[in-house]
Amino acid sequence: MASKFTRSNRIGWLMAGPAALLIAVFVVLPFIFAIGLSFTNQRLISPNPTEFVGLANYEQLLGIGMLTLEPERDASGAVLRDADGAPKYPTLRSVTRNNPDLPQFAGMREWFSFQLGEHPTYVLARDVVFMKAIVNTFIFVLVVAPVQAGLALVLALLINQRLRGINLFRAIYFMPVVVSIVVVSLLWRFIYDGSSGLLNNLLGALSFGAFPKIDWLGNPSTALGAIIAMSIWQAVGFHMVIWLSGLQTISPSLYEAAAIEGSSKWQVFRYVTWPGLRNTAVLILIVITMQAFALFSQIDVMTGGGPLDSTQTIVFQAVERGYGKQDISGGSTISVILFVIVFSISLIQRYLTREKQ
Amino acid sequence: MARVSLDGIRKVYGSTEVIKGVDIDIADGEFCVFVGPSGCGKSTLLRMIAGLEDISGGTLTIGERVVNDLPPKDRSIAMVFQSYAIFPHMTVRENLAFGLTIAKAPKAEKDAKVAEAARILKMEHLLERRPSQLSGGQRQRVAIGRAIVRHPGVFLFDEPLSNLDAALRVDMRMELAKLHADLGATMIYVTHDQVEAMTLADKIVVLDAGVVQQIGSPLDLYHRPANLFVAGFIGSPKMNLLEARVEGVDATSVKLASADLGTLVLPRANAAVSRGDEVVVGLRPHHLGTSGSQQIGGKVKLVERLGNETLAALTLASGQQLIAALPGDVDVSIGEDLRLAPQPERASLFLSSGAAVN
Repeated sequence: MASKFTRSNRIGWLMAGPAALLIAVFVVLPFIFAIGLSFTNQRLISPNPTEFVGLANYEQLLGIGMLTLEPERDASGAVLRDADGAPKYPTLRSVTRNNPDLPQFAGMREWFSFQLGEHPTYVLARDVVFMKAIVNTFIFVLVVAPVQAGLALVLALLINQRLRGINLFRAIYFMPVVVSIVVVSLLWRFIYDGSSGLLNNLLGALSFGAFPKIDWLGNPSTALGAIIAMSIWQAVGFHMVIWLSGLQTISPSLYEAAAIEGSSKWQVFRYVTWPGLRNTAVLILIVITMQAFALFSQIDVMTGGGPLDSTQTIVFQAVERGYGKQDISGGSTISVILFVIVFSISLIQRYLTREKQ
Repeated sequence: MARVSLDGIRKVYGSTEVIKGVDIDIADGEFCVFVGPSGCGKSTLLRMIAGLEDISGGTLTIGERVVNDLPPKDRSIAMVFQSYAIFPHMTVRENLAFGLTIAKAPKAEKDAKVAEAARILKMEHLLERRPSQLSGGQRQRVAIGRAIVRHPGVFLFDEPLSNLDAALRVDMRMELAKLHADLGATMIYVTHDQVEAMTLADKIVVLDAGVVQQIGSPLDLYHRPANLFVAGFIGSPKMNLLEARVEGVDATSVKLASADLGTLVLPRANAAVSRGDEVVVGLRPHHLGTSGSQQIGGKVKLVERLGNETLAALTLASGQQLIAALPGDVDVSIGEDLRLAPQPERASLFLSSGAAVN
């Protein structure tokens, strides 16, 4: 008998109401606010009235320029050379500060430079720290997405067996997911410690003291890698469980059919398991990508963006700017940029992994 | 082409014995059906022949080789599953060629063998489709095609028609019979459907609780069931089984009596029963008529009219039910007293232990 519960639309709305309200207030509304605020100069606390500034915030964050310096010449047009015979170039400051001839470079700083032909070329950015944050975030995503997904698949294949005590292994691999990322980050700070950390002691013991002690989080060349490794370890169990559920939807009779045809283990994976995991793979790739772009807690707890901005990330910048510097409009702009990046990447991934007819 | 021989085959899971010493000989080119209720071990037995389940004891021979410890691919078998087990992401062509692909066979050989299988099954026009674009019958045909491409000595079918609707099942049944005639290969077929067993088999193996109950041709099993289980399992509607006592035995007949039967004389030479034995007499519903010298009376409880025949369920004196299949459209109605005449020469007789009296 169909009760009033299952027939009435009003009751349905009533039941969905609380959740919908919370989502509206804490997700949809802030999202709309962020888009609106990104076009203003709103600050967290300010006596000045809010003004509409158009795309100025985006220009301030994303503005980049390329500049090739010409050597200085004397009145006859000959290149001026220093004592070693190398051509003399004007300083970068003379271009980016108070130069009315090149207003487009005003206020920019050097991001990186390279030698193009015989003259040095500079890539200038209006906000070099944000550029580093974007690059770091992309490195993080590009490493974490394939490595974490692959590792999770290997673990899932290992624990998808009928063995005594297999649930113990499942629990062990899943455990880091249950622990708060903040706690995990604090623990890994001890592991990565430069003088008496677990990792240094372990490497030292294994190499009989030959391996030098490294301050993993204090060294610009290892800090991001250390955070990547720890992040992969922390969430791999979650994706392992998703892979596992995908594995268990594959009909056992397909494996039996493959066995009768004489497939090797690799052929079984190649022709039965992997094609059967297609939808799971798309889901996992998109979820990991989105999670990786949201990298924040580890940075906040472990490095605070340092050393030398080597672990700056987009979300960390958004929080830093919005609350640290009380520049809500700047933080909002970063959030909108992140949204556009993640959204377009998800669309591209969906397109690339679509079911081909 | 191959002969299959099972000798004392046993299967044990932990301390539970599910196949309890099975001996079956299947001749080259024979169509053998394993039939039995669910849980009787027929699928397990087939999977043991395929190599998907380990053999706990006994000897399995395919062709001239003992294959107990060989992997499935080396047993010269191909298997068709109830769930089709065709690969959803491959086209029909790729599915048919799967075994050749993983064996890294040259393309020309693949194409030739796929074309041959497609011709046999009349599905050349389906080769580029994916399984999701096929009907259930077509999918099962792909699965059979994949088996044909292997050129096995023995085809194994595990309830291949159970997922199809009734009309399609009849069609596919005929196609399978034709396929067997065309290929002449040994086929072992598992089903719980006794109509499939009766129509397809050269030889039926009736299994119950991991034990072979009877092996024989379909009509053997129908007319001369070896025990009460086979009697009740083969034939539809089920054979009527009525208890009776032996009143007298002589060289040519057995005289039975019970409340339901009154007295019934079966013309049997040298029956191995003696006066006073409790026995069970089996009367097929189709062997009950309305005219004859000896009669059983009862009250009609239910009438099912199928057009070509009329099924009448009677309640006898003891309260037991008796089903009769009367030819054509017989004029009976519920509540009416009906007298039915058995054909004593076609009745079966069982001891109370269950074994048939010969």
